[in-house]
Amino acid sequence: MKEHKSGNVTYIAVWAALVVLTAVTVAVSYVHLGMMNVVVALLVASVKASLVALFFMHLRYESRLVWGFALTPIFFLILIIAGTLSDTLFR
Amino acid sequence: MKETTLNGEQPPNGDASPRGYLEAKGFWSWAYTLDHKRIGVMYLYTTLFFFLLGGVFALLIRIKLMFPGQYIFTNQTYNVLFTMHGALMIFLFIIPAIPSGLGNFFIPMHIGARDVAFPRLNLLSYWVFVAGIVVILFSLIRPMDTGWTFYTPYSARTAADVTTLSFGVFLIGMSSILTGLNFLVTIHKLRAPGMTWHRMPLFIWSMYATSIIQVLATPVVGITFLLLAMERVLGVGFFDPAKGGDPILFQHFFWFYSHPVVYVMILPAMGIISEIVPAFSRKPIFGYNAIAYSSVAIAVFGFFVWGHHMFVTGMSSTAAIIFSLLTYSVAIPTAIKVFNWIATMYKGSITFESPMLYALTFIFLFVVGGLTGMFLGALGADIHVHDTYFIVAHFHYTMVGGTVMGLLAGLHYWFPKMTGRMLSEKMARPAWLLMFIGFNVTFFTQFILGFEGMPRRYAEYPAQYQALNIVSTVGSWILAAGILIMFANFVHGLFRGPPAPPNPWKALSLEWQTGSPPPTENYPEIPTVTDWPYGYAGKQT
Ligand SMILES: [Cu+2]
Repeated sequence: MKEHKSGNVTYIAVWAALVVLTAVTVAVSYVHLGMMNVVVALLVASVKASLVALFFMHLRYESRLVWGFALTPIFFLILIIAGTLSDTLFR
Repeated sequence: MKETTLNGEQPPNGDASPRGYLEAKGFWSWAYTLDHKRIGVMYLYTTLFFFLLGGVFALLIRIKLMFPGQYIFTNQTYNVLFTMHGALMIFLFIIPAIPSGLGNFFIPMHIGARDVAFPRLNLLSYWVFVAGIVVILFSLIRPMDTGWTFYTPYSARTAADVTTLSFGVFLIGMSSILTGLNFLVTIHKLRAPGMTWHRMPLFIWSMYATSIIQVLATPVVGITFLLLAMERVLGVGFFDPAKGGDPILFQHFFWFYSHPVVYVMILPAMGIISEIVPAFSRKPIFGYNAIAYSSVAIAVFGFFVWGHHMFVTGMSSTAAIIFSLLTYSVAIPTAIKVFNWIATMYKGSITFESPMLYALTFIFLFVVGGLTGMFLGALGADIHVHDTYFIVAHFHYTMVGGTVMGLLAGLHYWFPKMTGRMLSEKMARPAWLLMFIGFNVTFFTQFILGFEGMPRRYAEYPAQYQALNIVSTVGSWILAAGILIMFANFVHGLFRGPPAPPNPWKALSLEWQTGSPPPTENYPEIPTVTDWPYGYAGKQT
């Protein structure tokens, strides 16, 4: 973990991006896209979560080991969703 | 491996006391202890108590099942009895007994460390475990009747205290996560100088794989129970179809944890067998790498197969086919282990002391349990025997024939090290024989009953199945007699057993190179390791 000086500018930029993305989520919910509504909402949410993890939680500046700990649960989340969908999508 | 003894000296007893880590006396010396050995012993006492209690429930269930109709208990009492038998045995005995009990004691000793990485966390995990037990006992005020699997929609509706019991299991799960985390860090960070990954005893590899599962799978069941509690208390419809929920979703979540957790039960037992078989065959272990990696492979593959519990619940046939195929993949690393143990024994100088008897019993019974698991992984066969006594027999062959026999092998193997006293072989052998006969009489009959179609879980059954049920019940008495003699041997050994030498089995792993019982710090000096622990007969293969 090395010391870094991204400073307040980065934090404010990330915060602004999060606000914009929230606005996008709200706006899209008024447009009728069928199944794509869910896809867009999840996509925006994922980008926001990544921004928070990368900058606010400093993941961007961490070692490979910490990255491993962050990514493993995501793999298991994908696994449980994929496994469950293989059931519900084909019933 | 001679070099790995402490500076080549005769194993000394460390700090002068012949009682080693058992020197301090009194309640608080145990309740506040940070010594991994004492915490392990406390876990063993606690879990073995629930083994006996769960066993009493089992005997009561078997007595009722001698008669097809209602007998002794009301059917509701029967439901409570088999639920408590399952819940206590699974959550308070089989899951924690080997990892938290023997694992706590022997992981630091095996890798040449003085303690686990986080001793305070270790003590916390024990007391969280006890807190979980207290909560579970509270739930007996309105006792559970759902079976140990808590299936919705019934568990969401019953008046029984599902919420309290699931909160108790939540705490037990938390304790399990803390222990697994502690072990992972310990194995990574505290190995003695020279203890490379490929010089670690295979018990450590299996405990490493076990800990991975504990850390990654247990949170899922914790969250599942939280969702169930929200459904019961707040009326949120996660699993209730009337509110847009899906009752099968509960089973997906539940088995996402509960299938991997069968490997939390069986992998540590496999690790014990991998220690005992070479020591009592006086031969180097065959296929060290294969056994080590297959432990990790079982842990990983085990996450991909949970759907095989749901073939007849209305799951899509696409999912059923996928999960059936994946289930077969777990058989491969399991078979690798069995073949390597047999190859280790081939042309060895085998002796049949009690640890080896239990280890051989493990291999034999576990192969029966594992192969019948393959029947159940096959979609067609599973539909025929699902929810019959075939399943009951299958998982008792893996859990009792496997895990419990592995635990008993370990207890007989390490009793001299843990207590500083020897067990009586004269008592251990008849106890083993009774258990072996009793177990097979009890459960092999259940394979036949299941194949003939006797459904599981019901208190009553058609009269045509009575004869074999009586045989099975008599078997449970033989099994119980064996267990009683074994416990009598434990108690006798604990107080009256002759003093144990440091290394009664002439085994090569590190824990035998220090005193029996070990000193508080395990080793007067941290040993330097120059070889693997399986150099029996002086050659490596
Ligand atoms: Cu399973």
